[in-house]
Amino acid sequence: MATLFGSGIKRREDPRFLSGTGLFTDDVKLPDLAYAAVVRSPYAHATITKVDVDAARKSPGVIAVITGKDLVGKVGTVPCAFNVPGCGLITPPHHMLAVDKVRYVGDGVALIVAESRAAARDAVDLVDVDYEPLGATVDPEKAVQPGAPQLHAEVPNNVALTWVVAGGDAEAAFASAPVKVKLRIVQQRLLPTAMEPRAAVATFNKAMGQLTLWTTSQNPHIHRFLCSLMLGLPEHKIRVISPDVGGGFGSKIPAYPDEALVSYAAMTLGRSVKWTEDRSENYKVTIHGRDHIEYVEMCGTKDGTITGIRTKVYAGLGAYASTAAPGVPTILHGLMYSGAYMIPNIHGTIVGAYTSTAPVDAYRGAGRPEATFLIERLVDTFARELKLDPVEVRRKNLIPKEKMPYTVATGITYDSGDYHTAMDKALGIIDYKGFREEQAKARKAGKYLGIGVSTYTEICGLGPSQVAGQIGFGGGLYESAIVRVYPTGMVRAYIGTRPHGQGEETTFAQIVADEFGVPVESVEIVAGDTDNTAQGWGTYGSRTTAVGGAALKNAAVKVKEKAKKLAAHLLEANENDLEWNDGKFQVKGSPAQAKSFGELALMANVAWNMPAGMEPGLEANAFFDPTNFVFPYGTHISTVEVDIETGDTKILRYVCVDDCGPHINPMIVEGQVHGGVIQGIGEAMQEIAIYTDDGQLATGTMMDYAVPKASQMPRVESHYTYTPTPVNPLGVKGIGEAGTIASVPCIVNAVIDALSPLGITHIDKPLTPARVWAAIQQAKGGAK
Amino acid sequence: MIPVEFDYARAKTVREVLNALSTGEVKLLAGGHSLIPLMRFRLAQPAKLIDIGGLTELQGIDVKGKGLRIGAATTYRDILDSGAVKERAPLLAEATHTIADTQVRNRGTIGGGLAHADPASDMPAVMLALDATFNLRSKAGKRSVQAREFFQGAFATDLKDDEIFYEIILPAPPKKSGSAYVSFEQKASGYAIAAAAAVVTKSRKTITGVTLAITGVGDKAFLADASAAVGTHGEDAELDLAVAGILSGITVNADIHASAEYRSHLARVAAKRAIQTALGRAG
Repeated sequence: MATLFGSGIKRREDPRFLSGTGLFTDDVKLPDLAYAAVVRSPYAHATITKVDVDAARKSPGVIAVITGKDLVGKVGTVPCAFNVPGCGLITPPHHMLAVDKVRYVGDGVALIVAESRAAARDAVDLVDVDYEPLGATVDPEKAVQPGAPQLHAEVPNNVALTWVVAGGDAEAAFASAPVKVKLRIVQQRLLPTAMEPRAAVATFNKAMGQLTLWTTSQNPHIHRFLCSLMLGLPEHKIRVISPDVGGGFGSKIPAYPDEALVSYAAMTLGRSVKWTEDRSENYKVTIHGRDHIEYVEMCGTKDGTITGIRTKVYAGLGAYASTAAPGVPTILHGLMYSGAYMIPNIHGTIVGAYTSTAPVDAYRGAGRPEATFLIERLVDTFARELKLDPVEVRRKNLIPKEKMPYTVATGITYDSGDYHTAMDKALGIIDYKGFREEQAKARKAGKYLGIGVSTYTEICGLGPSQVAGQIGFGGGLYESAIVRVYPTGMVRAYIGTRPHGQGEETTFAQIVADEFGVPVESVEIVAGDTDNTAQGWGTYGSRTTAVGGAALKNAAVKVKEKAKKLAAHLLEANENDLEWNDGKFQVKGSPAQAKSFGELALMANVAWNMPAGMEPGLEANAFFDPTNFVFPYGTHISTVEVDIETGDTKILRYVCVDDCGPHINPMIVEGQVHGGVIQGIGEAMQEIAIYTDDGQLATGTMMDYAVPKASQMPRVESHYTYTPTPVNPLGVKGIGEAGTIASVPCIVNAVIDALSPLGITHIDKPLTPARVWAAIQQAKGGAK
Repeated sequence: MIPVEFDYARAKTVREVLNALSTGEVKLLAGGHSLIPLMRFRLAQPAKLIDIGGLTELQGIDVKGKGLRIGAATTYRDILDSGAVKERAPLLAEATHTIADTQVRNRGTIGGGLAHADPASDMPAVMLALDATFNLRSKAGKRSVQAREFFQGAFATDLKDDEIFYEIILPAPPKKSGSAYVSFEQKASGYAIAAAAAVVTKSRKTITGVTLAITGVGDKAFLADASAAVGTHGEDAELDLAVAGILSGITVNADIHASAEYRSHLARVAAKRAIQTALGRAG
């Protein structure tokens, strides 16, 4: 039988997604359902002096109005679960509803529960809240300066954390280096914009003391645990179900007040309660991404050898420390400062700042895009300073494959990789030399063509649990799976991750079907319900296949080992004399004597004739904890033309060569790369969330926040190299975030290259026509 | 995103609509692509909506003399599909392509958009450049107004509370003319940061007339004076001069997407490129 591993079969989840027959949280209907709406602060920072809910309570259809004061002493606060050690992290209390102060536009003040969504919405306008506005502070660098408005009494100067990464001796390297370059980089705030907004439906069985919460979650087991902390309900009395989830990009990792509020309402009101964000609410209160201001430097020698990198980063965390927020600009960012290069001396200081904005947490790539961007921009700037080809500078500094596994100066060890081969392949596909010639000709004709390269590696497949403990992650990072074989040979596999668009219902079925030699249709993958799935830690950090897939593979192997023992017993043969062939265990040299997987499934489940000591049934669970992270890598190259009259950039070609090890389903890999690249191009070209100085979100709708549209995006030419990782039995590395990580500097480097004849060396992303045009005017010697 | 409660009725005849309008309590719903978002944000809170989407009398494109008659509730989709529009008003066809996306074009109506008068919308500039006439009706009677008199400011038009936008009359295009629409879109909304609609006539290689309308820049679309292009061959330098003053007297918008300076510059570039393209098409 042909192996399914490597086959680009269609995604089994797509027919229901495309035909509107999926079951998302907002589709959950219960007979006693009430609807919740949250009264939210219109001020960025203010003292609450009065909350009058009388009129709202009397509004038609209103069942209850709950305020922050009502909750004091009855519920816990919203926890932060990434307690990065050694950085002085302060996590002030984040109340589920504000008690005396609001700290960002959208901070919850009261919860309305009503008979209909419309009645709840109407009552929102009737809650009378008096605010005394305090000053807003929205910029992470300004927020930590003396005199900035203070958000939390517990946090002097709004400094949430100060984290240092160091390796080698950066100070000495910079002091002696003949070549130094520096940049100020703004990693603008982004809005994750999952297609499905967040939603929650809670129902409470009072007799059993059991809460069931349907919610939009990338990690239902983590949400069960955090809900237990917030609600004071034991973990085994909480069932979290994350049904179909319409994208997350990190925004459905954290615990938010809203899901817990809905649960509390259900527990206290004796009604099931539903809450669903609208898009405006999603933009205001669901986590944002990035928001760094970075001062970065690179040093080296005149032959183009990089000897050091140094950073000072101001990272905005928003008003409160979201679930994983402290780990994003530190562990997931600073540890990657060596990029794909040998850089012996590294020093970075990250200052995490509370600002009067929506909380910032993991958004596709989470810390690693910011690291790759600053490194790749610095490499280009360094090459330009030396008048060297940026490709040759990369070639000189990339870690050669002979040195793998390679421990970089920040202390982490890259498991595998052949960076030069991936780069050369990409250069060949785009015809780098040919384009440089075309570019030179175009410049003479007054046309501005550019080419940008990004050679990246990233850390994902999170990760060994022991490391999770060392870095303050409040959970494990293993995965587990249960594989259960039915008497008819049909298989259900229960996994602890929660895919939400990545296609693992299909790829995971391919893994199991291969192991058992059964059609892929015989395997069902079940995720998302904490009552019937294996304990897991969720889908993020490009870990689902590298960690969860490996657990699943191991569980399937266990099942097969048992089946083999049973086959030997039934065939009256020695186990060592059996071989697996075409879905059957056969006696070597006597292939007619065989037991198929289906026969063994039946015999194990009826247990009429089991070997002595063997338990009936055919199922197994397995836990997999990797020994290391995985480090996918590659080279992305884009070519652009800039219309210098308007500042508009046209992307001519986008070529990527990615290495995520072997592909289980090449079509799905390509889809992940395409989606990642498009999201990165959005960041590079057009996406930016803007807060006004008084803390209002100026890009609060899709009329102002420029999510990429198909018509605005180029064709993505996807190519690969295939280097297996040794850290998991499938050899696979994550590919969900790589496209986003690689593409942002790739595009920005291309645009800066195009504009280099004008003396332009940097423009802050997103490179909107307006910004590019303004930079051109400035370069020409002042605007007209 | 839930509007305040409102009454809804689906009109069966235009007369019924005119009667309802005369009470002053209703708002008309056509494609709904401007009104419904405003209602969802509770920025508009009409007590009653009359849905005119089913009135076939208000829909359709007919050849009228050498020009066209377009019902006010005709969708952008129908305009794009119309051979008569391509032939007699190619500027309208070209601009319609730039409006939003397929879903919006399927539902949105030309009269609805014009009556809404968003200062960044495309169609007002097209109507100015084509010298359209708008026929309006009320219980009191019929009235015609030139497009060039219709737009009064941001979201403000000459349409009275008791009137319905009935139809658009487009004259035949001038002889030996060409047209073009050039829009620089704000990437999130798709609305124009600045856009220009141009109709150019020529004799041999020389421009003999230019009608230029600009949108996205000020509080309404406006006709701009590019008459200095007449007599030229439409070379870059000639047109740079001809469009240099097109914004005189206009207060140019600034927002998070574009400074006034950039928007002004884009308007001039759009004007120049529209004139050049129109000239290339003239004949």
